[in-house]
Amino acid sequence: MATGDTTESKSVPTEEVVGWETKLRYFLNSDFVRSSPFWGIPFILMGIAVYGGIGYNVVISLTDYAGLGRPTFSNLDFEMYATALSNDAFREAAINNLVLLVAFTTVSLALGLFLAILLDHGIRYKDKIQTIYLMPMALSFVVTAQLWLWMYNQENGVLTVIVTTLGFEPINWLGNPEIALASVIFALVWQFSGYAMVVYLAGLQSIPSDQFEAAKVDGASTVRTYLRIIIPQLKESSVSAAVVLMVFALKAFTFLYALVGQYRPPNGTDILATLMVRQAFKFGKWAYAAAIATMLLLLALSVIAPYLIYQHRQGSL
Amino acid sequence: MSRSTSDTNVDVASLVEDVNLRRVGQYTLVVLFLGFFLVPLETGIMTALKTNEAVARSLPFAPPVGEGFTLENLEYAFSQLTNSFVNSLLMAIPATILNVLLASMAAYGLTMVNWRGQLAVLSLFLVGVFVPYQAVLVPLARFWNNLFPLARMLEPMFAAAPLLQGYHSRLVPLIITHVAYGIPICTILFRSYYKSLPDSLVEAAKIDGASITKIYRRIVLPISKPMFAVVFIYQFTQIYNEFLFSFTLITGSNHPAAPVTLILPAIGASTSGVDFGIRMSAAFLAALPTIILYVAFAEQFAEGLRTESG
Repeated sequence: MATGDTTESKSVPTEEVVGWETKLRYFLNSDFVRSSPFWGIPFILMGIAVYGGIGYNVVISLTDYAGLGRPTFSNLDFEMYATALSNDAFREAAINNLVLLVAFTTVSLALGLFLAILLDHGIRYKDKIQTIYLMPMALSFVVTAQLWLWMYNQENGVLTVIVTTLGFEPINWLGNPEIALASVIFALVWQFSGYAMVVYLAGLQSIPSDQFEAAKVDGASTVRTYLRIIIPQLKESSVSAAVVLMVFALKAFTFLYALVGQYRPPNGTDILATLMVRQAFKFGKWAYAAAIATMLLLLALSVIAPYLIYQHRQGSL
Repeated sequence: MSRSTSDTNVDVASLVEDVNLRRVGQYTLVVLFLGFFLVPLETGIMTALKTNEAVARSLPFAPPVGEGFTLENLEYAFSQLTNSFVNSLLMAIPATILNVLLASMAAYGLTMVNWRGQLAVLSLFLVGVFVPYQAVLVPLARFWNNLFPLARMLEPMFAAAPLLQGYHSRLVPLIITHVAYGIPICTILFRSYYKSLPDSLVEAAKIDGASITKIYRRIVLPISKPMFAVVFIYQFTQIYNEFLFSFTLITGSNHPAAPVTLILPAIGASTSGVDFGIRMSAAFLAALPTIILYVAFAEQFAEGLRTESG
């Protein structure tokens, strides 16, 4: 940013008698104006879509808009938020959302780290194996949901066959509300842990290998070397992978929708996103849906904002 | 660990030492995880190739043999998906191209030219990457349906155009939406690449008095070809796989303009239960374009993901 400041201060001389024409000419010749054709159009398009959209969503959430006709902007109030917060379905969805967010992110990070360490040590065909571990990332939520519906199929899905072969009763993976959320999280971990692995592998490669040698000379075991020396250095990888994974988790709506192809996800797996879409597109309660969406956004911001501030402090923004 | 034991002139003793318990364990785990990641795909493909009878009788991951083998499911699923394939490509290809171009320009203006307030503008892009789409769905539906019904306005034009069907006008607002929401992430991907380029690259041109536009066209654009490939592959996969915007803007999964992701959940479902042979066929076909792209450009794909995490 330093160079930016100098060019700007050069273009506005500090002498007192500078006519506005001169100022205007300097302004029009500044790098800000000259580079604006490049970033201006994308910025406006993105700004309207993202920030205009968010703003309009908040406004709608304060009305009583119910699909038909126009939203009544005259009675802006927080009624929809109060309705949501006092509603059992909303609270259940919010709790499921938090469980999904935390459990999915933690398990994906742990598995990703484990896979990265596993592959980082003289494994043959490492690149090919890595490609296969990462493959589910290329699939859409909709496809993943179809595959796991079959995996979880109670009659003769793969998991049922394994469970019955081991001599247990078949488990109703998605039908039993007590384990449905865990089943959903497991499928999501299958799809996204490869992502954490890639981030960790990049992190591991940036750590000089002589640290292993040094630890070995000191007689430290491999596990100890990782726990004490290597993993603490992967903090940045962990933070950025965690943030992206949480954003994936907040997008899990599509997966839940595609599991059953209706508005209602399996029992016990309702999250804010599914609740929101159901209220909007099934019941036409647009204002209520907008209020839920605003709260979902706040949840996302509470994850993102600290991350961006952290990045800014690190100087890596 | 045995990092340095792969020398060619190892004597037998150290070779035996190399095949120690730890390495066996390591490879066992690698193979187990290969199974973990491949079994859902494998069982899907196997089921897609089986007759209903064979699906009910055989193990889910066993290959179809003899009479149990059929291509009918695939054929049926393909006939159901053909139109939506066309829709998906008509949507994803233009959207991705526009996205990549605009993002490259934005990243250039925000990285390689310096001006005050740049960081503030950039932060707005950055936050845009993480905003959950749910937070803009209601405005989106209202905007494209009530305030600015572009699809309806374009319909007569599309009906008159050769090769295009009238209902494809539905895809235009969808494309614009994908471009708008794809700009933040694509800009960040390009930005990290432009930041890694040495300053000297453009300094000389600047001193020679080359304009901002000229530097972009003559120096930056040619040199960022590899990054164009990375961002294109990343973004094409994202848009092809996307569901929520299509769901919002194209009402009804049987609308003739619906992309693949919108059609897929309904295929193979009937009142008497789910026909998994058809369903797995459809899932596999729907995933095929991205799987091919992924296998062919695995490195670019991974590169996009690595860059995404900063």
